Amino acid sequence: MSILVFAEHDNKNLKADTLKTVAAAQAIGGDIHLLVAGSNCQDVAQEASKVNGVTKVLVADNAAYEHQLAENVSLLVTELAGDYDHILATALTTGKNFMPRVAALLDVAQISDIIAVESSDTFVRPIYAGNAIATVQSLDSKKVITVRTTGFDSVATDGSAEIVTLDTITDAAISSHVSDEFTVSERPELGAANVIISGGRGMQNGDNFKLLEGIADKLGAGIGASRAAVDAGFVPNDMQVGQTGKIVAPDLYIAVGISGAIQHLAGMKDSKVIVAINKDPEAPIFQVADYGLVADLFEALPELEAKL
Amino acid sequence: MKVLVPIKRVIDYNVKVRVKSDNTDVDLANVKMAINPFCEIAVEEAVRLKEAGTATEIIAVSIGTKACQEQLRTALALGADRAIHIETELNLDALNIAKLLQKVVEEEQPQLVILGKQSIDSDNNQTGQMLAALTNMAQGTFASEVKFDGDKVNVTREVDGGLQTVALNLPAIVTTDLRLNEPRYASLPNIMKAKRKPLAVKTADDLGIDLSPRTTLLKVTPPAERQAGITVESIDELVEKLKNEAKVIS
Repeated sequence: MSILVFAEHDNKNLKADTLKTVAAAQAIGGDIHLLVAGSNCQDVAQEASKVNGVTKVLVADNAAYEHQLAENVSLLVTELAGDYDHILATALTTGKNFMPRVAALLDVAQISDIIAVESSDTFVRPIYAGNAIATVQSLDSKKVITVRTTGFDSVATDGSAEIVTLDTITDAAISSHVSDEFTVSERPELGAANVIISGGRGMQNGDNFKLLEGIADKLGAGIGASRAAVDAGFVPNDMQVGQTGKIVAPDLYIAVGISGAIQHLAGMKDSKVIVAINKDPEAPIFQVADYGLVADLFEALPELEAKL
Repeated sequence: MKVLVPIKRVIDYNVKVRVKSDNTDVDLANVKMAINPFCEIAVEEAVRLKEAGTATEIIAVSIGTKACQEQLRTALALGADRAIHIETELNLDALNIAKLLQKVVEEEQPQLVILGKQSIDSDNNQTGQMLAALTNMAQGTFASEVKFDGDKVNVTREVDGGLQTVALNLPAIVTTDLRLNEPRYASLPNIMKAKRKPLAVKTADDLGIDLSPRTTLLKVTPPAERQAGITVESIDELVEKLKNEAKVIS
């Protein structure tokens, strides 16, 4: 069997999430090729060639792929698909965007957000915001799959795969990139952070999120938020942890002023250690927390910062 | 400009989901159902486009059992002009849903199709993108802003790390993210009016598409329960536990 894995990157660096998607490919088993589609992305190709378990890195380096527009990338992947039994991408915004197009163009179903591999055609995925776990068998000859990274451990990066340059250019010419507005932060991305501290509605306003920053600095943590805090306009949506935001599983997750709605728990309950700080002892977050502290966060946070 | 809004009937987001004891699926018997929240945002966006004079007609479409006419009536009460119900008893994969919607697109020729980015039951996040591929349209997924600019539409998307704006040729597909808008409530007079708006019913079989399933649901289980931990009395105790017991900080 052969498997094509789409590499997540920003034309400079390979995203660590790709290492987990390759782990999912290894669980399926077969010859694994990594596709780097981008523009001026040779550094990424070099990095990709070191990913363990990968035998070949395919590089499509062209302006048409610079922003990984779904219309263009899906045509490329569909064209390559003939040689593969499985096509995998990470279930982040890029993969979620273009992969269903690939599936439709190949006339096969997509299995989204898998968290485990049972066999080459049977996969496990959460449904209903993680309130139920489905085991799904694909009946199609080709499997198009997105991988939820929290389900898999990263592979190592001491391999040496062959790099092959593709000269295929697929430009659908129906869409174009206008602009990016990325949040500039010195902190680790939520997907890559070993420690995350998140605030909820209990933070009361956006300014109070500053109380989390000192602690985040000391722990090298990423800062997240619940949907309630995002909906209330405290912080931007890219900080959202939950079923409708990012799904994370750090070593330590500190939930502050978060009640623990199902939709938030779906995004963080696979964290290794969960700490909850909330003044309501009945808050559902305490049912999943390893360590719960019933306290007013406006007193607890400065004290925590001082004692770390 | 004609706008098509496909919507899905799903379990109400406030209802606690329970898995059936035989592990075949979740139990939806006698459970409150509603429009999928992301689809509701799609309806709202279409209505705002009509209020702004950009859209001229809004068509809501839903695929499923007769019961989903209830959600189509809700969409009509929120401001859709007419509705199409594609009736089927089958539980269809997203690809087959997209193929049925493709037929509707071919017949109605909308300039814009707005859908929810995902449904809160199957959590697939596929239908809009698949429909875009089948109709060879450009797509603006996970939209937080939609702005028309001549013969193009600019869509600002919620992506990892921030926002990305893309320009799409029309006709185009947009899928909604949470911050696109805040849906209104249907007023009582509008609910009454919605009862008289046209709702056409077709059967999925009449559309000539092979609807055979592409996946088999082997089993559904409840998620592993996380054991509740302990309550600490102070920050000192918390820091001590994290250092010496959990060993996650140093």
